[in-house]
Amino acid sequence: MKPLIATACVIALAAGLAGCGEKSQVVVYKQGQYQGKADGKPWDNEAFSGDKGNWETAIKARNQSQNEYRRING
Amino acid sequence: MARMKFICDAERCIECNGCVTACKNEHEVPWGVNRRRVVTINDGVPGERSMSVACMHCSDAPCMAVCPVDCFYRTDEGVVLHDKDLCIGCGYCFYACPFGAPQFPQAGAFGLRGKMDKCTFCAGGPEANSSEEEFRKYGRNRLAEGKLPLCAEVCSTKALLGGDADVLADIYRQRVLTRGKGAEIWGWSTAYGKPDAPAAPAPSAGGKS
Repeated sequence: MKPLIATACVIALAAGLAGCGEKSQVVVYKQGQYQGKADGKPWDNEAFSGDKGNWETAIKARNQSQNEYRRING
Repeated sequence: MARMKFICDAERCIECNGCVTACKNEHEVPWGVNRRRVVTINDGVPGERSMSVACMHCSDAPCMAVCPVDCFYRTDEGVVLHDKDLCIGCGYCFYACPFGAPQFPQAGAFGLRGKMDKCTFCAGGPEANSSEEEFRKYGRNRLAEGKLPLCAEVCSTKALLGGDADVLADIYRQRVLTRGKGAEIWGWSTAYGKPDAPAAPAPSAGGKS
């Protein structure tokens, strides 16, 4: 019976001490550098399958659709 | 691909607020937060000018410089974005921004200021492209769909243009050359209401110094 109580005491003590541990709650700070999550590229998705050229072509077409001289005359 | 930019042609803007409405609807922006708004100078006076204003995605962004937690980043396309998981809502970026772009939702009592929200150039944020999480935090990611910001694409008079800066410059140049005016609208006199001062004459050799 005594070893069982001793084991329980050790476990309780260890669990209690675990609460005293300090865990870093902030990201590692580097002056002047972005600290957040990395962002993906706009062409890394199902629509463009990572093809940057394909994405740029789509954006260029959209860009030119804002030029009404070209839209009307062309 | 050059940098992504907005340009608003004050000769064309009719203050319809279509861009503002489209933005709020597309990204389901909460009440009180205006990522884009239309500013009118000399409202009601003949010759008034309106301009649609949002984050201009500065090449040397002051918001990035002052952020104490460095939550801003710039994408390869020149779009200035931020990580809302890091933002502490301090408001420094609001004071630094010359366009009043950063917005803070008033989420609770006592003037509680939430995490900063601003125009993302319809490019979402640092979450998986077009994910539910990205939409909830930053709105829709139209760039990942091969589209440009809705405010510009929806503009009925094409006053607001958005996209590759080189292409926008070409469009605007053609527009100014065709109508024969409009380039001067970006000058000093528009901002400060005085004609451009003539260049000071060079001091003559024999005159007083």
